[in-house]
Amino acid sequence: MSFEWKYVRAPLSFLLKAIVLMIFIFPFLWMISTSLQTFQETLTFPPTWIPSIPQWVNFSTAMNAGPFLTYARNSIIVTFSVILIQVLVMIPAAYAFAKYRFAGKEILFSFVLLAFMIPGQVTFIPVYLMLADWGLINSLLPQILPFMANAFGIFLLRQYFMQIPQEIIESARLDNASEFKIIWKIMVPMSMPALATIALFSFVSHWNDYFWPLVMTDSAAVRPLTMGIAMLRETEGISNWHIIMAGNVVLVIPILIVYLFASKQIVKAFVYSGIK
Amino acid sequence: MASIEFVNVTQSFDKNVIIKDLNLKIEDGKFTVLVGPSGCGKTTLLRMIAGLDPQTSGSVLINGKDVTRIPPGQRGVAMVFQNYAIYPTMSVRENIEFGLKNNKVPKDERKRLVESISETVGLAGYLDRKPSTLSGGQRQRIALARAMVKKPSVFLMDEPLSNLDAKLRVQMRIELIEMHKKLGTTFVYVTHDQVEAMSMADTIVLMNQGQIQQEAAPEVIYRQPNNLFAAQFIGVPPMNIAELGIDNVMFGFRPESGVLSTEPLATHFQVPGTIVTREMLGSETIYQVKSEEQAYMIKCTEDRFVVDQEVYLGVEAGNLFFFGADENRIDREDGRFSSYLEALGGRSKVLVMRGQANG
Repeated sequence: MSFEWKYVRAPLSFLLKAIVLMIFIFPFLWMISTSLQTFQETLTFPPTWIPSIPQWVNFSTAMNAGPFLTYARNSIIVTFSVILIQVLVMIPAAYAFAKYRFAGKEILFSFVLLAFMIPGQVTFIPVYLMLADWGLINSLLPQILPFMANAFGIFLLRQYFMQIPQEIIESARLDNASEFKIIWKIMVPMSMPALATIALFSFVSHWNDYFWPLVMTDSAAVRPLTMGIAMLRETEGISNWHIIMAGNVVLVIPILIVYLFASKQIVKAFVYSGIK
Repeated sequence: MASIEFVNVTQSFDKNVIIKDLNLKIEDGKFTVLVGPSGCGKTTLLRMIAGLDPQTSGSVLINGKDVTRIPPGQRGVAMVFQNYAIYPTMSVRENIEFGLKNNKVPKDERKRLVESISETVGLAGYLDRKPSTLSGGQRQRIALARAMVKKPSVFLMDEPLSNLDAKLRVQMRIELIEMHKKLGTTFVYVTHDQVEAMSMADTIVLMNQGQIQQEAAPEVIYRQPNNLFAAQFIGVPPMNIAELGIDNVMFGFRPESGVLSTEPLATHFQVPGTIVTREMLGSETIYQVKSEEQAYMIKCTEDRFVVDQEVYLGVEAGNLFFFGADENRIDREDGRFSSYLEALGGRSKVLVMRGQANG
């Protein structure tokens, strides 16, 4: 028995991995394939996998179907402002929750956890009304302001900070370092993997966000890429899947690029949290 | 250079009183070791000097100046932690330099200081390495260099050697003694290991349950322990203690003061017994001798006995200690001393006679 298993186990595990990989990669391949097909090819059955002639023109058609430069600019401004502000808020908050003793700490932290658990769908109406009251609806701020504090990020970074030995901080205090310097020179460099992970999650969720801008915007000038691509569907009455998929490819590329650079740090974050 | 003084200091955490109304003066330039079992408050004292956990009440004086309101970084103290507390993302050089940078020491001066100190501790070739690539002993040296480079007036060390292996620990002990001699600075060293305390200290401050049991030079603590706790904490194996049977008084003697013989002895105290265990340590052998009432540890320089052998254990009058019912040692000058000594002598005779009758 064991003799046979030895030869079966490795190929079996390879096969299972291959299946899981296919499940994850299939939608991407389907998207890329469709983005290069003609309208006719998208409708044929059985479906076409390799387009007869790659239709690169789909990309320019998609990009010319609306003010895509504006959309892209909005997406970039919103996503990067959100990440920047989140990081600036998250680091001191997590440091205080992890390393300080102060009155009301437990209650405040339970608010953070509460915020972490309430979905945006519950709060969007009051938030919309409030922002409308302030006259901010025709700007990018409604897509940035509500996300300044990232509850999940504060929680994760706090856990990470808690693992950093108190003696390192005390040592720095004895080295006459200010609290700001302790955060900047010691805590942040030591938690780079966690910060990269949080920033990446945040990037993906805000870059891909569709629901929130759908509620919070009412003109092309402030809409992000996701909405622009969704609107490709309505330009011709019937769904031009090849054009929509071309748009989606454009939307997804930045995520793939960022992931390529960040993946090393992310793997580190999980390995670190495992061994320390 | 600085002296340190605790005046009526109390420290409590969440209503747990760790230290109550403590007074202590640590002399300038001395190597002082705070020693005691875990939870005795020795680390708490050290952290109060550093300012990491300011005292609940009372005052801590460094060089006669109350430092209660002075933050840790400005007290002129440096501290070496048990786990070294090295900044892992910085190179060895950056680790050593960090305190200097914060104190705005000019760049050229910094470079010179870091290089000379790394020479001293033997890290010269490693300045641009990351601490994670270095061994435990080398990391310990980074921590020492980081403390030394600031030229502090007080060195605080919290069990700095306990993470090292036995061999390296002995070597570092000698290096620390040499370092103290060279710098001439006040060293305050915390340990639970009485061997470290005995071997390094000018003055030992022995603590238990937040109170100072004895504050003296190692040889004084060893030869004239204040009380039962001091007698049993210092020395390996600890002092043998047994009941005298009068006024709840205890008597005791050091393991090396015991004499073993197969024949009855002429010593003041003696008791017949059997050897239960034998530990051969090379230059000396430790026997456990079990008498009718009690087991005694005896350290001999000769290895002449075997397990299960019947022996007589004797101790000279000059090597006996007596402790009163309050656990404090009864001094030789004390009137009670001679009467207790006599009582013990009388008891010995009875025990030996009974032993012979049984044998």
